[in-house]
Amino acid sequence: MLLFVLRDLDGGCNKLDNEKLDVNTTIAILERIKDIIEANKDYLTELDSAIGDADHGINMNRGFSKALEKVLNNQYADIGSVFKDVAMSLMSAVGGAAGPLYGTFFMRASMKLAGHKEADLELLAQAFREGLNGVIALGKAQPGDKTMVDALIPAIGALETAAKEGSSLKDGLAKALAMAEKGMKDTIPLVAKKGRASYLGERSAGHQDPGATSSCLILKAFYEALGN
Amino acid sequence: MVGILVVCHSAKVAEGIAEIASQMVGERAKIVGVGGNEEGGIGTSTADIYDALRELLSECEGVVVIPDLGSAVLSTKAAIEFLTDAQKSKVIIADAPVLEGAMMAAVEASTGSSKEKVMQVAESAHLLKKHVN
Repeated sequence: MLLFVLRDLDGGCNKLDNEKLDVNTTIAILERIKDIIEANKDYLTELDSAIGDADHGINMNRGFSKALEKVLNNQYADIGSVFKDVAMSLMSAVGGAAGPLYGTFFMRASMKLAGHKEADLELLAQAFREGLNGVIALGKAQPGDKTMVDALIPAIGALETAAKEGSSLKDGLAKALAMAEKGMKDTIPLVAKKGRASYLGERSAGHQDPGATSSCLILKAFYEALGN
Repeated sequence: MVGILVVCHSAKVAEGIAEIASQMVGERAKIVGVGGNEEGGIGTSTADIYDALRELLSECEGVVVIPDLGSAVLSTKAAIEFLTDAQKSKVIIADAPVLEGAMMAAVEASTGSSKEKVMQVAESAHLLKKHVN
């Protein structure tokens, strides 16, 4: 609680900067991710029970709860360090394949953000691209395999385009979120090629991918936590 | 000597397989099982795998990891990323049936084979017949 008060005094929580992502904003985003994942815990698990092992919601909720707990108990000089602690928490606490995958996403992104007190849209897009490259290198998923990558690839492409066009951070994330949602919905007819769902073969078609859904929720939190 | 790390979604399964494989070779090969999520439920933990790898590397010249499936493979790969480059070069993951692979790997490791040879033998466990009829 003391930390909450301190951050409020800093002004971080109450008036989030629209153009830059700083340590306080990053922590506010993490709080939002935790809330959104918690609110969608049963939904994610329901999606995962159709084509997986019915643990995605529970696993993600445990992972982001641990990540938030860790981050709120530390002081940070740069956003890269926040991302790194999130990565370590997810890798340890999630328990399913999403742990090393999202852990790698945040870890690779943290390397790009290391030493930066704040990030603009361009730097965030670069960090996310690094994160996505890490996810693809680890999981070997191709577009259309019915995985989180199907939401992340179009979203990060949109983020990069928005950065080139000089969009604000909030607008860039809005565009990324819209593309992630499209990518997520586009996973419904796909036959899974990776993960537990791939064992179902053709029977995996007709269900929305839980990983693409959680990726979408995470981007939604980034968007929503930023001030207008 | 090469050590064997069995990674499963359940700690009981991982430890049980390590126990069965150890019975084949006694003290002549080191086999460790790690599994379950941080809270002891079904899953895998990168941190636990990292700790187990470091422990094995402290006494073995190399480690062959035999994961069950899915997140066991990804968590192992993520754990390896945290090792030093020198340690990384000593670890290899086998694409093998977890129980049969661990047993065959244990026997091969006990003869002093390289990690590449131990991995190859573990992977050949795919061809093992149980002669049920």
